[in-house]
Amino acid sequence: MSLQASVGTRRGGLHLRVDVEVADGEVLALLGPNGAGKSTFVRVLAGLLRPDEGRVVVGGEVWDDGSTSRPAHRRALGMVFQDALLFPHLSVADNVAFGLRTRGTRRAEARAAAAGWLARVGLDGLGDRRPAELSGGQAQRAALARALVGDPALLLLDEPLSALDARTRLTVRAELRRHLAGFRGGTVLVTHDPVDAMALADRVVVLEEGRVVQAGTPVEVARRPRTDYVARLVGLSLLPGTGEGRSVRLDGGAAVAVAEEVTGPVFAAIRPESVALYATRPDGSTRNLWRERVVGATPHGATVRCELDGEVPLVADVTATSFAEMGLAPGAEVWAGVKASEVAVYAR
Amino acid sequence: MSRTREGAGVPVPLLVPAALGVAFLVLPLLGLLVRTPWSELAGQLAEPAVGEALRLSLVSATLATALSLVLGVPLAWVLARSRARGRSVLRALVTVPLVLPPVVGGVALFLVLGRQGIVGSWLDDAFGITIPFTTAAVVIAETFVAMPFLVISVEGALRAADTRFEDVAATLGAGRWTTFRRVTLPLVAPGVAAGAVLCWARALGEFGATITFAGNFPGTTQTMPLAVYLALQRDPDAAIVLSVVLLAVSLATLLLLRDRWLGRTGAA
Repeated sequence: MSLQASVGTRRGGLHLRVDVEVADGEVLALLGPNGAGKSTFVRVLAGLLRPDEGRVVVGGEVWDDGSTSRPAHRRALGMVFQDALLFPHLSVADNVAFGLRTRGTRRAEARAAAAGWLARVGLDGLGDRRPAELSGGQAQRAALARALVGDPALLLLDEPLSALDARTRLTVRAELRRHLAGFRGGTVLVTHDPVDAMALADRVVVLEEGRVVQAGTPVEVARRPRTDYVARLVGLSLLPGTGEGRSVRLDGGAAVAVAEEVTGPVFAAIRPESVALYATRPDGSTRNLWRERVVGATPHGATVRCELDGEVPLVADVTATSFAEMGLAPGAEVWAGVKASEVAVYAR
Repeated sequence: MSRTREGAGVPVPLLVPAALGVAFLVLPLLGLLVRTPWSELAGQLAEPAVGEALRLSLVSATLATALSLVLGVPLAWVLARSRARGRSVLRALVTVPLVLPPVVGGVALFLVLGRQGIVGSWLDDAFGITIPFTTAAVVIAETFVAMPFLVISVEGALRAADTRFEDVAATLGAGRWTTFRRVTLPLVAPGVAAGAVLCWARALGEFGATITFAGNFPGTTQTMPLAVYLALQRDPDAAIVLSVVLLAVSLATLLLLRDRWLGRTGAA
C-alpha cells in the first residue's frame, strides 16, 4: 500500500473521520459537497494541518502517528491546488524547478528536469514566461509539472480542474488522465464533480459531513448511489424502501413494482430518462403509475429536467417539445409512468 | 473615468472643505518657493555647513532605514504570521513610537542609553562606549521613531499576501526559512520597498528625538531639520534654502514611491 491514512480531526463545526488506503499507481477520488471535509483531509495528508488523532503512512514511512507529525516540507509529495498558484515572481521554468532546488538538486540539473517536464505537459518553450502570461489551462499544466517533477510518493490534487472553463477542462482532464496513468505513486483527487471522479479515478470515496458514506469503483457508485447527494450528482432518483417480493414498499408509503424478487431494506433507483409523463391517465401495461405535481423545471440540452413531487419524488427528462405541448409549468398535475424493468434495486 | 462637468457629483458641503484642505496643505509650500532667494541658492548650497548637514542627514536616514529593515521585517513577520499569544500586546508596544511625541522618545532613549542610563552605564563601564551626542545616537533616535512605519507597512503587506503560496512552497520541500526567503519576501517586496521609503522619509525629517538624545553638534549630530531650525533664528534666508532642499528630497521620494512601487503593489 502506498498510502494508509486513518484521520480524525475537528475543524469548526466539522468532525472529520476518514480511513482510506491507496495502492501504488492507484487514483482515489474523494467526492463530496462543499464543506464535507475533503480539502481538510488532503491538507492533513500534506502536513499543512495537524490532525487531532490518526495515522498517515506513505510507502512504509510514518508521516503522522497522532503524537508526532512530519512537517510538510519533509514529505515526499506533490500537490496541485485549485488555482494553479504558480509563484508570480518566478518564471514558469523556475516554478517547475522549485521543488528540486529546495531538495538540493543543482541548478543546471533542476533546469533540465523542469524543461523535460514542461515538454511533457505540452508547455515546450514557455519556460521563460511569467505565470501571468499563461492561460488558465497552461498554468494548471505547469502546476502539475511542478508537483510531479520530484517524483513524489504521493500526489494530491485538490480540485485541480474546478477553476478552468468548460472547454479547457475537457482537454486538461484528458491530459491529466494520461499523466496519472504514467505516475507510479498513489494519487488522491479531491473533486465535487462526478465527471472528474468517473474519468480519472480507479476508486471513489464519497465524503459527506466528514464521514465516508460510500466507497467503490466509479461505475458502482454511479449505478448504485447510497445517498441523495450522490444520486443527484449522477442524475438518479433514489428511493429507500423495503423489498416485498416483486415490489418495494417505500419509506414514504408508496409501492414501486420491480422486475426481480427482493427482500429486506433496499434502494430503488430510477433514471430521469426512464420516467414517462402523461397529461391524462394512460392505458397500458406500465405497472408504476403515480399522480405527480411538477415542482421545478430546468433546461438540459434538448430536454427539460422536471422535478416531480407526489407519492414518489422523481426526476423526469422530457423533450422540450413535449414539455411545451403538455403545458408542464411548475404546478401542473401529471401522471408519471416507469416500467418495472427500468427500476434498479440494490440492498441498502 | 469620464467627467461631464467640472466637480460633477461632489456635494457642495464636501467640495468647499475639500478645496480649503488642499489650499491649506499646498499654500505653505508655495509660499516657501515664492520666498526662496533663488539667486543666492547656489551660494548657500556651497556653504560647507549645509553640505555637511545634508550629507549627515542622508547617511543617518539611510543607516536608520537599513537598521529598520534588518529588525523590522522579521518583527513584521512575527506580528503577521506567528500564532504566539500576546501578539496584540506586542503590536501595541511596537506602534507606541508612532503616536509618542518624538521628544519623549528622545528622553526615554537618553534615560536608557545615556551615560547614567540602565544600558548606557553598562556600555560605558564594560566597553567605554558612550552613545549620546554621537552620530550613532542620531541613527538610533531616527530608527526609534521611523521603524514602526516600516513594521506597519510590511505587516500589512504580509497580511494581504496570499498565504496559500507558502503552503505550496511547503509541499515543494521548502522549510519556513527557505519559504520566507524565496517566496514570502519576493511576494511582499513592493510593501517592503514602500515601507522602507516611508521609513527613510520619516527618519530624514526627524527632529525631536534627535535633538534630545543626540544634541545639535555640526558635523556629528546636526541633521538638516536641526540646521533649518537653528538657521531660522540667525539667517532666515539660509533656513529657506535648507527647507527647499528638504522639500525637493521629499518630493523626489514621493515620486519614486509612486512610480516604482505604489503602482505595482496592486498588481503583485
